[in-house]
Amino acid sequence: MTRPFRTTLATATAVAALMASVPAHADTLQIVMQSRVSVLDATLSTSHQTRNHGYMIHDTLLAIDADGELRPQMAEWEVSEDGTAFTFTLREGLTFHDGAPVTAEDAIASIKRWAQSDRMGRALMPRVTDMRAEDDRTFVIELDFATDLILSAFAKQSGLPLFVLPARLADTEAGTAITEQVGAGPFRFNAELFEPGVRVVYDRFEDYIPRDEPASGLAGGKVVNFDRVERIEMADELTMVNSLLAGEIDYLETIPFDLVPMVEGNPDLIIEIHDTTGFQSLYRFNQLNAPFDNATIRRAAMYALGQEPALQAQIGNPDFFQTCAAVFGCGMPYEFDTHAEMVIEPNPERAAELLEEAGYDGAPVVILQATDIPMIQSIPVVMAQQLRAAGFNVEVQAMDFMTLLSRRSNRGPVEEGGWSIFLTTWHNVEVQDPIRSFTVTANGPDAWAGWPDVPELVELVDTYLVTGDPDERHELARQIHDITLEQGVSVPFGQVVRPTGRRAGIDGILEAPVPVFWNITRD
Amino acid sequence: MAILTQDPGSPAAPPSIARAVRRALGSGPVLLATCVMALMVVMAVAAPLVATHDPLAIDPTARLRGMSADHWLGTDALGRDVWSRVVYGARTSLVVGLVVAGLAILLGLIIGVIAGYFRLADAIIMRVMDGIMAIPSIVLAVGLVSIAGASMMTVIVAIVVPEFPRVVRLVRGVILNLRTEPYVEAAISLGTPLHRLLIRHMIPNTMAPLIVQGSFILASAILTEAALSFLGIGLPPEIPSWGNIMAEGRRFFQMLPGLIFWPGVFLALTVLAVNLIGDALRDALDPKMARRP
Amino acid sequence: MLRYVLQRIVATIPVMGVVAVLVFVLLRLSTGDPAVIMAGDAASEAQLEAIRRHMGLDQPIVVQFFIWLGQVATGDFGTSLHYGMPVTQIIGGRVGPSLSLALLTIALSIAVAVPLGALAAWAHGSILDRLVMSFSVLGFSTPIFVTGYVFVFLLAVKAGWFPIQGYRPLANGVGPWLTALVLPTVSLSTIYIALIARITRSSILEVMGEDFIRTARSKGVAEVQVFMRHALRNAAVPITTIIGIGAAFMISGVVVTESVFNIPGLGRLVVEAVLARDYPLIQALILLFSFVYILINLIVDLLYTVFDPRIRY
Repeated sequence: MTRPFRTTLATATAVAALMASVPAHADTLQIVMQSRVSVLDATLSTSHQTRNHGYMIHDTLLAIDADGELRPQMAEWEVSEDGTAFTFTLREGLTFHDGAPVTAEDAIASIKRWAQSDRMGRALMPRVTDMRAEDDRTFVIELDFATDLILSAFAKQSGLPLFVLPARLADTEAGTAITEQVGAGPFRFNAELFEPGVRVVYDRFEDYIPRDEPASGLAGGKVVNFDRVERIEMADELTMVNSLLAGEIDYLETIPFDLVPMVEGNPDLIIEIHDTTGFQSLYRFNQLNAPFDNATIRRAAMYALGQEPALQAQIGNPDFFQTCAAVFGCGMPYEFDTHAEMVIEPNPERAAELLEEAGYDGAPVVILQATDIPMIQSIPVVMAQQLRAAGFNVEVQAMDFMTLLSRRSNRGPVEEGGWSIFLTTWHNVEVQDPIRSFTVTANGPDAWAGWPDVPELVELVDTYLVTGDPDERHELARQIHDITLEQGVSVPFGQVVRPTGRRAGIDGILEAPVPVFWNITRD
Repeated sequence: MAILTQDPGSPAAPPSIARAVRRALGSGPVLLATCVMALMVVMAVAAPLVATHDPLAIDPTARLRGMSADHWLGTDALGRDVWSRVVYGARTSLVVGLVVAGLAILLGLIIGVIAGYFRLADAIIMRVMDGIMAIPSIVLAVGLVSIAGASMMTVIVAIVVPEFPRVVRLVRGVILNLRTEPYVEAAISLGTPLHRLLIRHMIPNTMAPLIVQGSFILASAILTEAALSFLGIGLPPEIPSWGNIMAEGRRFFQMLPGLIFWPGVFLALTVLAVNLIGDALRDALDPKMARRP
Repeated sequence: MLRYVLQRIVATIPVMGVVAVLVFVLLRLSTGDPAVIMAGDAASEAQLEAIRRHMGLDQPIVVQFFIWLGQVATGDFGTSLHYGMPVTQIIGGRVGPSLSLALLTIALSIAVAVPLGALAAWAHGSILDRLVMSFSVLGFSTPIFVTGYVFVFLLAVKAGWFPIQGYRPLANGVGPWLTALVLPTVSLSTIYIALIARITRSSILEVMGEDFIRTARSKGVAEVQVFMRHALRNAAVPITTIIGIGAAFMISGVVVTESVFNIPGLGRLVVEAVLARDYPLIQALILLFSFVYILINLIVDLLYTVFDPRIRY
């Protein structure tokens, strides 16, 4: 390395940074989200903050409205009589931020990229027999069986939503991040003012043509009333609340549960829950290693653990949590409460009995604790206390969530850096049915972390995919729910909604499972 | 951070450590500091007796309470008793401080002697030490935590590594100076075996500065542990440590300032006491440096 | 002189080498998998494989090291795995706040501590001296984050005199820039003021006992002049040393301060980067930190010659 070069570089960047200018913008909405966004490629990362960024700059083909109904967004659709062929027609006048019109080719390229990564896409793509552009605005998708799942998949709100990108970007090799931020959404990414980890600036996209009908959920007309939305990244929760209190920001995605009293009663601020669907907390066992390779010991742990004390300790305020035993989410279409007695109330006596029966030999249980996820950071400590009360030998290992994700892929025993239980959260819309939810995967080594091997469950999920009748589907979902809990595949651990704070005078925030920033006005 | 380093100073005959310590304890503030330290040690050793609750016991129904007859310093976000956690925190802090100081001095002594005695190894060792010192301890800690997971061991290693090169420098300096002393030169030319040289002349001469340096490392280690835990890259949150209590309390600072204030007071008092004792020891052990920092 | 500087600069190369190897080995041993971190909770194994391949993380570690070394040698510090932007650009955007904070802290510390220490030495043994010394020990025994939170609570939240968080670039005007930096600077300075005041006092006391001071006095030079011209000047060497060491140590303090005050500087960046296992970014940052550390040491050594004409290189 050449030293003078480094020195000059350091000096030059230092001076540039000191001089960097931030023009004051009259009509700017200043927002702070729960955590910072790092990866900006919304076709690559499943993180919620990346998805939120995606909804700013991209648009979707279809969308789900506030009543859970499927609606056209960029495209209208028609189904063939036998239910196997779909014709999509793009709205007129759709433009990308680089000025190019949105064409059927762009949509097809985007679908292809999306289907390489998304769980629903990957399930459905092998059944697609043809996907072709009829003209600039029309494309056709044909499947080898009749299903409406393709529409639900295209409209999925979270996980990896299907965003439409220019074909030149969507054709990027799988696994390679797209670095150019061009979409057809209501906001355009301001690359000059972007400071990674500090702030992201979005300007209104003047050429965006909203749909005529009013905004509802993630559907309808995306009318932007601000020239600019400035997303400021903050690391400290108290700092976030103080900034809101001081009027330094307009909107705070999540007021930390315990800090709500600081904001309550302030006439200049409004606390509201805009996402009533909420999040599911859940835990999963490592089924490859002792002690949880034994189904009876898994059941013992499920009896030992109780949701109420853990949620009470984590959230405190009962306005924001409820106990829930539904694998596909409470308040969701497939809500069942069978086996609730195993997962809601702690039952240490029953747990101890089961442990005795299984001949538990004191094998160590390692719980992975993510210390930086406010919704679940303390729960593992409570879980440990409950498991110990039942006779388990427990160790809690704390780490940041990113390390947890890496640690989780270790399939070895505890002695070799493995783990026994991890806890995470999903948004309810991400776990609402057997096709989109990762929590019911049980195909052994290919399953989601925990690697349960329950062939019966795999079969039921496959059957669900090809079943068209809503009643039959409902029955299949019930069976999947039952087996998931009986086998301890994934265990729901309560449901949480988040309080959002804003300045009085900021109105029109949409009720939706994703925080979106169109339709908002300021007095 | 042990910014307080010493010049090696020229070696004189090793002073009587015991006498010096007695003299050091003579002054008022130092006596007070010693009392504070003694109190902390008692608290740490007899923690189960001094604490009123189990420091790990969670009570979701009694979260974030203020001071009361049952919970002297209130409770934290998980309903744990803050007083009991602070008491056990003394144990954690002192263990971290003492182990770090011990390890840093042992490592520094061994490597320092090698560097000071063997000219060939010297250049390489000192370059490596320079390199290690240039890596900020916080960065090192984050890296280590991600390798080995958050644990007492990781934190100790993360603090020892950036501290011990300074000890190496100190020891090396003393040894280098010593080698030029006529009586050592004579001993070497008479063919005195290395281990005799070390035990007779070299190690005794490093003792006084090492004790002083050790006290500063102790203070610095306690502060660094708190800072690391505060940033969430230190001890696992379950372990009661002053840094952890403050880290968990930082969100509630405006509602319950005690969560930061009380562990902060104990932390500052302890570090203050260690520093005062360290100052006094230096003045007593090394009269030549009495007026130096 | 120039020769000495060149020698010193050449001597830093092996040190930087040691740092580079240490950092590289340390990071690659860690369990973090940037592909998993990037793709998130719901990524499929095939997707992860593709990301790893694209990042070059499927290569053996030694090969990765030399590829990286080769790039650095040509001034290419790589692209951030997460942000997909050149590492130099990201670091460049974060230098301003950290540099402002560090420079202001050093300036404030010297401006307060040296007169304070000199005063204590001047009034050696008095109440004033005792006060300064007590404050000093207290100052470096209190963690920065405790001081920081107390200041935020009293002066920003209660009194409303300063912003609670954040950084305003200098381009927005000196006023906002300075206002936003007052609390962080004061918090971070406490420890340095304590340290520098202490060393100033003892260095001056030591010099005051030297022969040349006695000579000056006996020649009838005014006491104030003796103090300013001789004592202070000769005490400058140890003072410079401690400022140098302190500046080099500041990186840790800056990390904590930036976290408390939400300042988007290098300190926060390095923690974020390590947590995200953004290898190219961490490697560049640590090289930068160690380079600054070595540079400060060099500057301190050179300043010796300014303060003490007897030292020649």
